[in-house]
Amino acid sequence: MLVKSPAALTLNQVSVSFPIYHGASRSLKKSLMYRTSGGKIAQDASHRIVVDALHEVSISLVERDRLALVGANGAGKTTLLRVMAGVYEPTSGRVTINGRISSIFDIGVGIDPELNGYENIRLRGLLLQLSSAELEEKLQGIADFTELGDYLHMPVRTYSSGMMMRLTFAVSTCFVPEIVLMDEWILAADLHFMSKAQKRIEEFIQKSSIFVLATHNLDLLRQLCTKALWLHNGHARAFGPVDEVIDAYRREAQ
Amino acid sequence: MVLEDAWGGLKLWRLWFTLGWSDILQRYRRSMLGPFWLTASMAVMVISLGLLYGQLLKVATSELIPFICVGLIIWGFISSILNEAGGVFVGNELFIKQIRLPYTVYVWRFVWSKTIIFAHNFIIYLAVLIYFRIWPGEILLLAIPGFIIIAVNGLLVSLYLGMISARFRDVPQIVASATQVVFFLTPVLWKPELLARHRYVADWNPFYQLIEIVRAPLLGHWPTLSNVAVSLAVTVLNLAIAAAFFPRFRARIAYWI
Repeated sequence: MLVKSPAALTLNQVSVSFPIYHGASRSLKKSLMYRTSGGKIAQDASHRIVVDALHEVSISLVERDRLALVGANGAGKTTLLRVMAGVYEPTSGRVTINGRISSIFDIGVGIDPELNGYENIRLRGLLLQLSSAELEEKLQGIADFTELGDYLHMPVRTYSSGMMMRLTFAVSTCFVPEIVLMDEWILAADLHFMSKAQKRIEEFIQKSSIFVLATHNLDLLRQLCTKALWLHNGHARAFGPVDEVIDAYRREAQ
Repeated sequence: MVLEDAWGGLKLWRLWFTLGWSDILQRYRRSMLGPFWLTASMAVMVISLGLLYGQLLKVATSELIPFICVGLIIWGFISSILNEAGGVFVGNELFIKQIRLPYTVYVWRFVWSKTIIFAHNFIIYLAVLIYFRIWPGEILLLAIPGFIIIAVNGLLVSLYLGMISARFRDVPQIVASATQVVFFLTPVLWKPELLARHRYVADWNPFYQLIEIVRAPLLGHWPTLSNVAVSLAVTVLNLAIAAAFFPRFRARIAYWI
């Protein structure tokens, strides 16, 4: 029998620094000139600005943890999520991930306007690395959930934004991975669909083992999360039970 | 990590298969000829250049047109890879910043979509065979391993050019101008015999050797030993360059784009 090890997500002293390239350092010609002339020509090529987006952040999440990320704009919430998703490999420190991850940052990614609804569902399944069996099993459920009926045979570019929303939403939430990362809450369009979507997303989070959400909606965070991490200029300012951290964050903000 | 990336990319073949196809569809789905637009323009080029160069070089068109046709189709594959390799990672920014996928997936997707275009253009070759009543014989099959060698080089080159271009944004322009020069220096529109005692210009040109391992069998003769040897040497060289760049800078790609 296959023994599944429990989901876990550990960040150990993770730092991320971004090189900010401006015009000249983006040029191979200028970089070469700078190097070969010992810096006499094209001096600005070396002016590389490095931004510390995350500084020695350590955090350990285990099964049933629901983490809220709070902090001002530019505090490093999105960068941290991307590190957790494995998009950015940290400059220093270690990230250990146990379990399948789904990052819901922009649910429109991978939607091809020329393909029809079904083809897009399949494409998304491939992006999420589902097996064909898993995908075929879910396909009907997704199609039913969207309530788009025959529109699913039409190219997605003909959809209204509401219809597109239904499709992307249904596809993004069809398959529950162990670890769910979310940047900003996703909202659905029309009223009827909204309540249905609300239920679905709650179920979705319920079923996941680890959930991380970054948003400025503090009430939502209190409602959904158990722990919180407060980021401030890339540093972990506080980590603990959600109410404590959010209260402290609120006090500071005022 | 590197092997994981390379192997993981291969394992996701269904993904890049689909994405590569949709790259083609997206460009042509609403046009009547679809991807055959490319074939049509290639056909016009083959015929007009064949007639023109036949006159200029005083070679019979029945001899020159098949040569130019095969050469242009192969060159089209090579040059489109060189010219567009710079966008392999930059063009996939949305994906790279959202989902963790092996980076090689994008490289496979890219070369696969170029292969689809190549296959469409291949129809011109078949038409030329029928029109001039040529049959190259079983040796034709030797073009398949030849094409695989070119495609492997395409994968390796687009991997490292894609990375370098993500960091240095002027690289695609440099490559594009170089490709243009290489085209004129490579026997695609003219036969290498015309060089007479300057034949070394072709022999030292790796692009000529690579083209030849596919062109020769398609025209019914064996590639020479040096064609094969140089092509393999180029492959090893590209492998070495890719092996030097990819492990070192793979993790930086997401930061660069």
